[in-house]
Amino acid sequence: MSTIDYSETIPNNVNLSEDKTLQRALEHWQPNYLNWWRDMGPDGATNHDVYLRTAINVTPEGWADFAHVKMPDYRWGIFLAQAEPGRKVNFGESKGQDVWQEVPGEHRANLRRMIVTQGDTEPASVEQQRHLGLTAPSNYDLRNLFQVNVEEGRHLWAMVYLLHKHFGRDGREEAEALLQRNSGDADKPRILEAFNEETPDWLAFYMFTYFTDRDGKFQLNALAESGFDPLSRTCRFMLTEEAHHMFVGESGISRIINRTCQVMKEFGIEDPEQVRAKGVIDLQTIQRYLNFHFSVTIDLFGADQSSNAAAFYSAGLKGRYEETKRDDDHSLKNSQYRILEVSNGKLVEREMPMLNSLNELLRDDYIRDSVAGVGRWNRVIEKAGLSFRLVTPHKAFNRHIGPMAAFKISPDGNVISETEWAANVRNWLPSEEDRAYVASLMGRVIEPGKMANWIAPPPVGINRQPVDFEYVRFN
Amino acid sequence: MNAPEAIVFIRQHLIDPEVCIRCNTCEETCPVDAITHDSRNYVVDVDRCNGCMACISPCPTGSIDRWRNVAKQAAYSLEEQFGWDELPAQNNAQDALPMSTAEQDADKTGGMQINAAVSPSSAMAPWSAAHPYVNLYTLKNPVTATVAGNYRLTAADTQSDIHHIVLDFGSQFFPILEGQSIGIIPPGTDVNGKPHYLRMYSVASARDGERAGYNNLSLTVKRVVEDHEGHAVRGIGSNYLCDLQKGDRVQVTGPFGANYLMPNHAAANLLMICTGTGAAPMRAMTEHRRRMASQGKAADGKLMLFFGARKPEELPYFGPLLKLPPAFIDMHLAFSRVENEPRAYVQDKLRAAANAVTALLEGDTYIYICGLKGMEAGVMEAMHDICQAQGMDWPSLHATMVREGRFHVETY
Repeated sequence: MSTIDYSETIPNNVNLSEDKTLQRALEHWQPNYLNWWRDMGPDGATNHDVYLRTAINVTPEGWADFAHVKMPDYRWGIFLAQAEPGRKVNFGESKGQDVWQEVPGEHRANLRRMIVTQGDTEPASVEQQRHLGLTAPSNYDLRNLFQVNVEEGRHLWAMVYLLHKHFGRDGREEAEALLQRNSGDADKPRILEAFNEETPDWLAFYMFTYFTDRDGKFQLNALAESGFDPLSRTCRFMLTEEAHHMFVGESGISRIINRTCQVMKEFGIEDPEQVRAKGVIDLQTIQRYLNFHFSVTIDLFGADQSSNAAAFYSAGLKGRYEETKRDDDHSLKNSQYRILEVSNGKLVEREMPMLNSLNELLRDDYIRDSVAGVGRWNRVIEKAGLSFRLVTPHKAFNRHIGPMAAFKISPDGNVISETEWAANVRNWLPSEEDRAYVASLMGRVIEPGKMANWIAPPPVGINRQPVDFEYVRFN
Repeated sequence: MNAPEAIVFIRQHLIDPEVCIRCNTCEETCPVDAITHDSRNYVVDVDRCNGCMACISPCPTGSIDRWRNVAKQAAYSLEEQFGWDELPAQNNAQDALPMSTAEQDADKTGGMQINAAVSPSSAMAPWSAAHPYVNLYTLKNPVTATVAGNYRLTAADTQSDIHHIVLDFGSQFFPILEGQSIGIIPPGTDVNGKPHYLRMYSVASARDGERAGYNNLSLTVKRVVEDHEGHAVRGIGSNYLCDLQKGDRVQVTGPFGANYLMPNHAAANLLMICTGTGAAPMRAMTEHRRRMASQGKAADGKLMLFFGARKPEELPYFGPLLKLPPAFIDMHLAFSRVENEPRAYVQDKLRAAANAVTALLEGDTYIYICGLKGMEAGVMEAMHDICQAQGMDWPSLHATMVREGRFHVETY
C-alpha cells in the first residue's frame, strides 16, 4: 500500500526492508548526505524549528503533514507515486508494451545519464540558496525557502534511490559523486551551467523558483512519461512537491510588483531612480532580472537539434510534456517541427524532423507556461493603473547553448552587432549596479507578520495559518 | 418530497485565479475529475465536485480553498470561471459557513452538486471515530468488485424501485466505515462520447461487511426515472446498478468521506434522521451497533431513528427494521402518502417525540441527517422549536455540535 514506514531509518514506501543489500547501501549513503546538508545546506539554520510539510503517505491527504521540525531531523525518504496497474509504454518503438520495472540492458547508460543529470540539479539549488536565510524578507518567506530546500534534498534522495536500486556499483558511485560536485566549484562544478550561477538575493531566488524550477516541472513531466516505471512513479511524486517551489517564485515576484506599484501610486512616481529612492525595486530592474533568468533557464533544455533526445524518445525513456494526453502517433517519425536559424542577418524558421527537435518542443511548451504567469504579474500592474508591462524576451536572446549562441540577438528578436549588444546590454540584463542596489535592500526581517519594505504581504498563509503565524522559531 | 421547495443554496467550490499558479496539482489529484483548465484558469465543475477535499492539502498556494454560497440554480458555470481574473465577491455574509462533506447519490439530479445541505455540518469526524481510509482507488486506478446479490427492497406494485445491492471485493483491500461512500463508474460513454463520470453512493453495511466477516458491502439505490421536477429521466448510474445481475463486475473507486462517521465510544447516543435511500448510512450504523450488542459488548448509548417515506411499501428495510427491539432503538416512522391518513413527515415525528429528543440532546449525542434536500429546513425548524419549548438554545447547541464533530448533514 501507499503507507510510508517511518519506523525505519529511511522512511519509504518501497519495502526497503525487504531488500537488505539496497537498504545497507542507502544507510551507508545517508550519513554522507547529512554531512553534505550540514556543510552545504542552509547556513546557520540547523537549530530553527521550521513549519514544514512532510509526506506521511502518497495519497492526497497524506503527503502534506505540517509541523515544526528542525531541518536536519526532516524525514527525507523515498516515496513513489502509486503504481498504475497495466501501465504501458506510451510512445516510441516499444509503444504498447508493458512498462519496464527493471532497466533494459540496452538503455542502461542513457537512463543513468538522465537520472544523474536530473539528480545533480537538486542539491545544486540547495547550495545556490544556502545564504539566503540570512536576508529573508519575512518569517513566512524564510519558511518557504527552507521548505524548498528540504524538498530539493528529498528529490536528490529520489534519484539516488533509483541509482542504488537499479544501477549497481556504477549507480552507487554516481550517488557519491552527486555529493562531491558543488555549485560554482571551479574544479568540480555541477553539470548544468544554470546551476553554477549564484542566487545572491531574493529577487533572484524568486526568479529562480519561477523560471528554473519550472524547467524542473517540464523535465519531470517528460520523465514521468518514461517507460521505465520506477522513474515515472518517482517523478510523478516529485511533481507534487515541485508545485510549491513555483508558487514561491510566482507569488514572490507578484508581491514585489504589488509593493512597487503601491509606492509608485502613492507618490505618483514612475522614474526608476525615484522609485529606488523609496526603497522598492523598480519595474525596469525586475524586467532585467526576468530577461536573465528566462534566457539562462531555456538553455537548460539543450541544443535545438539533438540526436540524443531523439534516441531517448524512440527508446521510450523520455516523452514529451503531457505525452499521454497528446493525440498523434507517438512515434513522430514523419512529423516536422519549426526550428529557428539565422539567414541573411534575420531569424527565420525552418522545418526539421520533430524527433531531432524534441528539446526545442519541450522548450516551447515551457515558454508558453512561463509567459502565462508573466501575464498574471502584468495584471497586478494593470490593476494598479500603470502602463508598464513585463515581457518575456525572444527565445533567441542571450543564449549560450544551441546555434543562437553564435549570434547577438536583442530581446525583441533582431539579430544585432556586437557593438549594438555592448551598447544596450545594461538595459537588457541586470548590471552590477542593479545587483548592488537589490543587494542593498536585503536585510533580515523575521518578526512574524512583518515584511521588508520592498515586498507586499502574501494574500494567504501556509496551510490555512495566518500570515503572522510564527513559521520559523529561533532557538 | 417532504417540504415545500425553497431556494436551495450550495457551497460552491471555486479556485482563486489571482493566487493560483496553474500547477495542475489539483486536476491531477481530484478523484472525480471535477477540475479542468484552459490556457487562462483552473476551474471546478459544480456538477461533479463532491466536496471530498482531496485537492485542498496538496494545493501549494491556498487558492483552492475558496467557497461561495450561491443559489444552486445560479451556480457559476465553467465558462464564467474561465473568464475570471479574480473571484466574484461573496454577496451575502455566509462565507464563513463550515464546509459540509458530501457524498450521496448524484443520480437523481442528473449530476447536480451532490451535497445540497444548507445547514452548517461538522467539518470533522467524531473524536472517537475509527480512522477512515480514503481515495485508495481512483478513476485512473479503480478496483473491480463482483455483484454478490441484487434485490428489490420495495413492494413490486409501488412506483418506487429501490434495490439492495451487495458488492464483493474478494481478497482486494477495500476497508470502509459506516457513513463513507464509494464511487461507481458506469460503463460506456455519455452523449458527448466521454466516459461517464462516477456516481457516489453511501454504503448501507457495517464495517465488517454486509455479512459479518466477509469482504463485501451493500448499497441502497433508487432507480431514477424522473428528475426533481417530474420530467422523465433515466439515471445512468442507478439504472446500471439496479439492472446488475449476480456475478457482474463493477468498477469501483473510493472509499470517500472522512467526516460523516459514527463515534466509536459505547456511551455515544445516535440521533438519526433520514428519508428514502438516505437510510443507507443509518442502516450501516445501526447494524454496527446491533452487532456490538449481540456480541455482548458494552453499548449504553441510545439509538433514535426518524425515518420518512411515502408509504410503508416504499420504505427500504421496513421489514427488518420492525424486528429490532424497542429497547435497542427508538424508532419513529413517518409516512406522507398513506390513504385516509394525514400526511406525516419526519419533522412532525420529531415534534411528537419532543421530550425524548431533548433528553437525548442533553447527553453525549451525535446527529446524522441524510435524505432529500427538502427535509432539511423542516428538520432544523422542528429542532429549533423543540429546544425552545424546553428552554434550550438550539442555534448555540447546533454551533457547538458542529464544532465538536457531532452534527452531520448530507442532502441531495
